[in-house]
Amino acid sequence: MSEVAIVGFGCSGFKPITPELSYKELMFETAVKAYEDAGINPRKDVDVFITCAEDYLEGFSIFDEFVPDQLGAVLRHLFTVSGDGMLGLATAYMLIRTGHFDTIVLEAHSKASDILTYIDIVAFGLDPVYNRPLGGHPYYIAGMEMNRYLHDTCTTTEQCAQVVVKNKRNGILNPYAAYGANVTLDQVLCSETCFYPLKKLEISTPADGCIVMVLASEKIAESLSDKPIWVKGVGWCTETPSLETREWTKAVYTRMAAEMAYKQAKINNPWMEIDFAEIHDQFAYKELQHMEALKLCDYGEAGKLLEDGLTNLNGEFPVNPSGGLLGMGYGLEASGTQKLLEVVLQLRGEAGRRQIPNAEVGLAHTWRGIPTATGVVAVLSNVKR
Amino acid sequence: MSEKIKRYLGEEVKAEEIKEGKIPIEKFKPKAKYAWSAGIAISKFLEELKKGRIIASTCNKCGRIMVPPRIYCELCFKPTDGWTYVKDTGTINTFSASYLAADATRLKEPIIVAIIDLDGASEGMGIIHKIGEVEDWKQLKIGMKVEAVWKPPEEREGAITDIKYFKPVKEAATL
Ligand SMILES: [Zn+2]
Repeated sequence: MSEVAIVGFGCSGFKPITPELSYKELMFETAVKAYEDAGINPRKDVDVFITCAEDYLEGFSIFDEFVPDQLGAVLRHLFTVSGDGMLGLATAYMLIRTGHFDTIVLEAHSKASDILTYIDIVAFGLDPVYNRPLGGHPYYIAGMEMNRYLHDTCTTTEQCAQVVVKNKRNGILNPYAAYGANVTLDQVLCSETCFYPLKKLEISTPADGCIVMVLASEKIAESLSDKPIWVKGVGWCTETPSLETREWTKAVYTRMAAEMAYKQAKINNPWMEIDFAEIHDQFAYKELQHMEALKLCDYGEAGKLLEDGLTNLNGEFPVNPSGGLLGMGYGLEASGTQKLLEVVLQLRGEAGRRQIPNAEVGLAHTWRGIPTATGVVAVLSNVKR
Repeated sequence: MSEKIKRYLGEEVKAEEIKEGKIPIEKFKPKAKYAWSAGIAISKFLEELKKGRIIASTCNKCGRIMVPPRIYCELCFKPTDGWTYVKDTGTINTFSASYLAADATRLKEPIIVAIIDLDGASEGMGIIHKIGEVEDWKQLKIGMKVEAVWKPPEEREGAITDIKYFKPVKEAATL
């Protein structure tokens, strides 16, 4: 079976707002960069285009019909995955592994600033009979999860707040980050409680942006790129949607997704065999909870590792060198591709002032946010082996 | 029904039972509001409509004059090269008479909707609009010449409705 590599990328954003461009123009601008990077002509050289979008976030029914023009995909082979960009990666990976496709374009974007009733859209994802009639801001789900996580693991509120300090600081070094900043632990802890015990600064703010990636089979990857980044494994998993019965402490969806990806990538000891990770941190505590689910440490240990500086940019195992979603901004269905982007940049050695020396293997992880229990994990490397 | 299945599980529900509220139904009205950034191309198009003009973008590679305008040529996949005005007259490419309103209620007078290939734009490009000032829509024909009827300048707001409708060109039409 063919190996699969990322051979080009483009990124526009992320920014708090992008009123100057329509979503189509934002996608065009980004696609041009990606095709230039991979040295391909989308009108001839692409077998399949995959876009990742959820209709309710776009404000269009059947959004996939609105995307061919700006990607060079008119009268070409295109479909939309209604989900996170990394579910699109998983789909592209499988298509190439079949041996029938050599070049695939993957697109995901966020035009969060176009949505006037974002919270209502999130709430629309709740069960209409049991949950929606209760009202309230749906992020109370994150508050409940954090509360149980802290209770069961002895992770402290200070450790959670420290995630924000680290990630926003990393974000300063990332030109693609919308919300990089120097904040202190006190500022985070003293920010208002929004969904006890979750504080305002521990919640990532949505941002606009677009990411396009070009994937290729082993046959042509090395001719398209001097630095192909190999996808060594991808896994995904969804737990029950039922809030009444789901697991509230451990992110089991991420654990199962990780086991699937590690098996393909032949990873036995993630902390030792992987150099850094980009982990979904829409809410600060999720970075710690996800680290444990990803088997980077034992259950309940992530807070201590963070506190000891091991996941800092210059630590033993950097987590979210990009600034994470707390620093970059929450890119809705593009969250997974934000993670992939940083892994690609680090493995290519193009991460500038936040470059991790000698990075060889990176992990990208995403979650589909409140109220989902869906996660995707990918292991990537700049060594084909 | 498959041979293996003699009857479906469950009980039959009658229409009256639903009407009488005997069958529980959960209702919810989503609150979904958006304000899409128009961007470069649509903004320019709408600004020009307000001035009573229809603007197109051009691609020097394939030579097309494209309406509605866009900032990229989707066939050549390159940025467009310029802007040009096209006429507010054109030809009916196809049309239909809609006897149902948006809420699916029956209309006495149908709404006539047409694809209009605009004069000056590349073949097969133009605008979708309503056709007005027609006594009997059955007289309309594909290929018929039509012209825009604009709102007075002070009523225009930079919207597709700044054109009220297109009407058949008198000389060409035998209505
Ligand atoms: Zn062209």
